[in-house]
Amino acid sequence: MALETTVIQNKLSDKFGDKVTGFTQVHDIFTFEVDSASMAEVMGFLKEDAVLRFNFLTDLCGIHYPDSEKDRQFAVVYHMHNWYDNVRIRFKCFLNGDNPEIETATNHFLSANWQERETYDFYGIIFKGHPQLKRILNMDEMTSFPMRKEFPLEDGGRTDKDDRFFGRTPDNC
Amino acid sequence: MSDLLLPPEHRYAEEIKKRQNEDGSELSILNLGPTHPATHGIFQNILLMDGERILDGEGTVGYIHRAFEKIAENRPFYQITPLTDRMNYCSAPINNMGWWMTLEKALNIEVPKRVQYLRVIIMELARIADHIICNSVLGVDTGALTGFLYVFQYREKIYEIYEEICGARLTTNMGRIGGFEREWSPAAFKKINDFLEEFPAIWTEFENLLSRNRIFMDRTIDVGPISAEKAISYGFTGPNLRAAGVDYDIRVMQPYSSYEDFEFDIPVGKSGDTYDRFCVRNAEVWESLSIIKQALAKMPEGPFHANVPDYYLPPKEDVYTNMEALIYHFKIVMGEVPVPVTEVYHPVEGGNGELGFYLITDGSRTPYRLHFRRPCFIYYQAFNDMVKGQMLSDAIATLSSLNVIAGELDA
Repeated sequence: MALETTVIQNKLSDKFGDKVTGFTQVHDIFTFEVDSASMAEVMGFLKEDAVLRFNFLTDLCGIHYPDSEKDRQFAVVYHMHNWYDNVRIRFKCFLNGDNPEIETATNHFLSANWQERETYDFYGIIFKGHPQLKRILNMDEMTSFPMRKEFPLEDGGRTDKDDRFFGRTPDNC
Repeated sequence: MSDLLLPPEHRYAEEIKKRQNEDGSELSILNLGPTHPATHGIFQNILLMDGERILDGEGTVGYIHRAFEKIAENRPFYQITPLTDRMNYCSAPINNMGWWMTLEKALNIEVPKRVQYLRVIIMELARIADHIICNSVLGVDTGALTGFLYVFQYREKIYEIYEEICGARLTTNMGRIGGFEREWSPAAFKKINDFLEEFPAIWTEFENLLSRNRIFMDRTIDVGPISAEKAISYGFTGPNLRAAGVDYDIRVMQPYSSYEDFEFDIPVGKSGDTYDRFCVRNAEVWESLSIIKQALAKMPEGPFHANVPDYYLPPKEDVYTNMEALIYHFKIVMGEVPVPVTEVYHPVEGGNGELGFYLITDGSRTPYRLHFRRPCFIYYQAFNDMVKGQMLSDAIATLSSLNVIAGELDA
């Protein structure tokens, strides 16, 4: 493996200072945290730099941490892959619980388009600058964000599923 | 509000008003779907058409969204496997094995060599089944039903092998953490050997039927092409990316389950069009057959599961007669097992691309977050880009050759 994780860490620290923190190796993937305001800049640097060359955005998804402090209640996780040296990285951007907003990655990768729409659809995270930020898997009329932890798995208002017939009471469900 | 946020027919109506062709004909809006004629699943595309030519389009997905990620946050590990079956149901064992490998990575479980080889065999069989469906249905969509009916009986034979191994056919729910639920029976090996003997002749015939067929070539060459650069930006993986000329394959880049022990080629195409995708899949079937043969020849002796009593269900005879085993069975199924606080991402080469599992555990009995990287969700967004300027019938062939599985797309 040509690209060492220390090289990645040094290059990022030199360029972005304390905007990029928390470097650790979790199992086989090098992981760190990026300040949400500098996300697009860091991603562009990771993609364009002649040494880093993370040319592929593998995956993008959201996480909800309702019990954390206000500024860290949402996270967007990016997995990137350098195909030249075959190195993967993962970085997270933590967002404010009341006002989750982050820049879009669609300027760097076309594949971010639907993945960001999906994240918006399920978590209500706003991707600033996204060309078409609307719901994708859920219906357009929906008002809530179903992957947030407070959203119940089953709809409490269902009338076709009478709990008495399933042996459930409010105490034992 | 930007126009793009409205339903596409609004902005297409503007386009139609703006533009009138010289011969007096008008543009029109075509609602393709929600049900696709050849039942690849449920897609809807609203297309702006100039006669039979597609000028623009926008897809609607999510018709069979079943909230798998939300359900997974409320289920212990063993109850999540049936959810993975129902994503890419054309190659369910790959999803199952990918999920077990993700868990084994999170729980630091070492799997015996024999299990790894058995997994390779079942995953390659699943890949063959997946490619059989995709390529033969591409034939159907271009007007050749015979090939489809001819090779489909061999998908049936693969399903019989699954049945011999785990009892199920389509949604297999196969395996356990650390291995398989039982030793593969001699009947299973016999069925695999029979398949290896009979299938090559059939597949050769299927290839001969289509690959140099004038009508098929006219219908697929230069239809729905994508450049390598654009395919990478759109997040293409699997055969669709390889058809564009990039030899990216997880089995080689990041070998899992002992893929490094086998010799195989990565077939690549050149132009990324429908015909190249067809040819890449055809060639991959031959590579898969060769991998299965090598795995059978080199099959090591050993147990069919890892020795991890904390996670591996006790034998059924014991569960029925022995109190301890019964308790363990119950605890494992209900998820009362030691789980470290960690996060893992594990990719496998699925039937249509890089299938990834991103698992975050918090030490409780259910995942804190489980995200599926579903390859066709990511590359299907390129569809409208690929069919712009093409004929309507080409769009059908392109959709078919992309191997988009609605179950996986919508999760």
